[in-house]
Amino acid sequence: MKKMLVAAVSRVLSGVSQKPASRVLVASCNYSNDATFEIKKCDLHHLEEGPPVTAVLTRQDGLKYYKTMQTIRRMELKADQLYKQKFIRGFCHLCDGQEACYVGLEAGVNPTDHIITSYRSHGFCYTRGLSIRSILAELTGRKGGCAKGKGGSMHMYCKNFYGGNGIVGAQGPLGGQIAEAYNMAALWKLPCIFICENNRYGMGTAITRAAASIDYYKRGNFMPGLKVDGMDVLCVREATKFAADYCRSGKGPIVMELQTYRYHGHSMSDPGVSYRTREEIQNVRGKSDPIMLLQDKIVNSHLASVEELKEIDVEVRKEIDDAAEFATTDPEPALEEIAHHIYSDNPPFEVRGANQWVKFKSIS
Amino acid sequence: MAGVSGLVRRPLQQVSGLLRRRFHQTAPAALQVTVREALNQGMDEELERDEKVFLLGEEVAQYDGAYKVSRGLWKKYGDKRIIDTPISEMGFAGIAVGAAMAGLRPICEFMTFNFSMQAIDQVINSAAKTYYMSAGFQPVPIVFRGPNGASAGVAAQHSQCFAAWYGHCPGLKVVSPWNSEDAKGLIKSAIRDNNPVVMLENELMYGVPFELPPEAQSKDFLIPIGKAKIERPGTHITVVAHSRPVGHCLEAATVLSKEGIECEVINMRTIRPMDIETIEASVMKTNHLITVEGGWPQFGVGAEICARIMEGPAFNFLDAPAVRVTGADVPMPYAKILEDNSVPQVKDIIFAIKKTLNV
Repeated sequence: MKKMLVAAVSRVLSGVSQKPASRVLVASCNYSNDATFEIKKCDLHHLEEGPPVTAVLTRQDGLKYYKTMQTIRRMELKADQLYKQKFIRGFCHLCDGQEACYVGLEAGVNPTDHIITSYRSHGFCYTRGLSIRSILAELTGRKGGCAKGKGGSMHMYCKNFYGGNGIVGAQGPLGGQIAEAYNMAALWKLPCIFICENNRYGMGTAITRAAASIDYYKRGNFMPGLKVDGMDVLCVREATKFAADYCRSGKGPIVMELQTYRYHGHSMSDPGVSYRTREEIQNVRGKSDPIMLLQDKIVNSHLASVEELKEIDVEVRKEIDDAAEFATTDPEPALEEIAHHIYSDNPPFEVRGANQWVKFKSIS
Repeated sequence: MAGVSGLVRRPLQQVSGLLRRRFHQTAPAALQVTVREALNQGMDEELERDEKVFLLGEEVAQYDGAYKVSRGLWKKYGDKRIIDTPISEMGFAGIAVGAAMAGLRPICEFMTFNFSMQAIDQVINSAAKTYYMSAGFQPVPIVFRGPNGASAGVAAQHSQCFAAWYGHCPGLKVVSPWNSEDAKGLIKSAIRDNNPVVMLENELMYGVPFELPPEAQSKDFLIPIGKAKIERPGTHITVVAHSRPVGHCLEAATVLSKEGIECEVINMRTIRPMDIETIEASVMKTNHLITVEGGWPQFGVGAEICARIMEGPAFNFLDAPAVRVTGADVPMPYAKILEDNSVPQVKDIIFAIKKTLNV
């Protein structure tokens, strides 16, 4: 009770809430600490039992997941804008619609676990700990970017996060050949969760035209698998916890198929409507948007109010705008750094430029 | 009235007859065709000419091609001739090589040649070497094509030039078109060739229009593989390039011409088998040589040209060491300022020419 009162008073003092103090106090007293939800049962492959069909969501977690998903959403939309304004060049693969995958996954594993993913990596970059500033500044190719502007959209890394990979499937055995990776992981009982973000399309081709079997969770063959509702952050979290426990207990690898959806096309050069209908996209937005689903859960079970979530929205928008301002004003990396980081642990050496008279210095 | 109109009509007929004769003598109106359209036309003509020809790759059919090079072909030829594959380069390249061995004439598209690294075993071990290993029994009439080299802002894993890697291998033919005429003539020759041909296109050139000369508008227009073209004759220095840099060399030549330096610009068109004779003849005339390429310097196209010049008659005609202009020896950075300095620019070419000529 005391904590909630303090929170309410500080909100009033900070001037964020425009309501009179009394109403705010009344509202905050009505919040529950946690709520239990039913979640979709996962389809199982070579498993006797699966993740639980209920999940407990605390108020704290609810607000955290909401803010993180909203941040990813807004960050991706900002990237779309920056791309159209030509601040971002080359390839840009956005993940709006898939937020529950990243937030749920992170909630189910430890920060010390290792994650590697494909080119659609911005969501993971954020959940794995990169700041919005360093992500956006990397997209705009500035020295404040997490890879000092040298990597761009597909090549962002941080501790226990191995990118961001441009070549489809490379992350499998690096993760490619995925069948080889599955075989060795199972053979050697490696504690590895193979995740398929099934967003129904491979670039511009529907999965039914590219896969002999679209039951990706079964494609590990002898490897057990789970089919998970990737639009429900709680479902993803519980499934991830289950999969992580499975691996950590020494049973070997496991496949997790997350059924999800991307609102944007494959990349910014794909409008995304030549191989799917606008109705389909609208339908998913209206019925299965992951942020909307979480918001409904939070509000309907009185974990927080609509107003509180709106405040978070305002906060997020400001953070993103700040980061975008940084990303568009930070200077480009210095030309002298063009040849740095070719080798690790190496004494400095000379690198040839466009002709034998152009020389750059390479420092590890 | 009739008499007058008759009078009027006759001169008109005479005039139009004159005009008609004129049109036969002089070229028809210049046809502007982009490199993309030229590739499309070339493939269309060969698909029509020989039913064994087919195209496979990612997004080539229903999406009209990731870069729209195969636009309209699926609509015209259908599922059996234009095939969308899953994202499985090693798999579909292997399938394509097998089809070629069995008698079909596949065009295997890599969305970019960076992805061909996933399938490179099929290109080299299954395609390039087989005719030799079988002592002439088993040909592999396949074309591997797609964009190669740097684009704009696509960073390290999507910007590599594979001219040197593929040019290294006996058994392969490797071509590198610059303009629309090159693109059309070379794709047709590649498809008709009974050997595995790697065609290194360039994404930044796809949308560039060029005038297509009348002979290139014919359905039987072919550019021979293994023959370079002198795009601009000159007397002071030989400038050899392939692909997009050919355009930069021509720009540099225009600038230098105002200073009294006349460059002979050679468009290689083919990487392997290399037309060293054309380069030698030119060097024997100009006494100076620079090479220009987008790829990395070490073990590159320019390095090979320089080595061969030393081995042949042109060496004694050189008044200065040959010079190479290349991409910078770094993985392609993303930031614009770094990327701009990682690819050869017109100013780098001009600088190298002046250094070689000691002016």
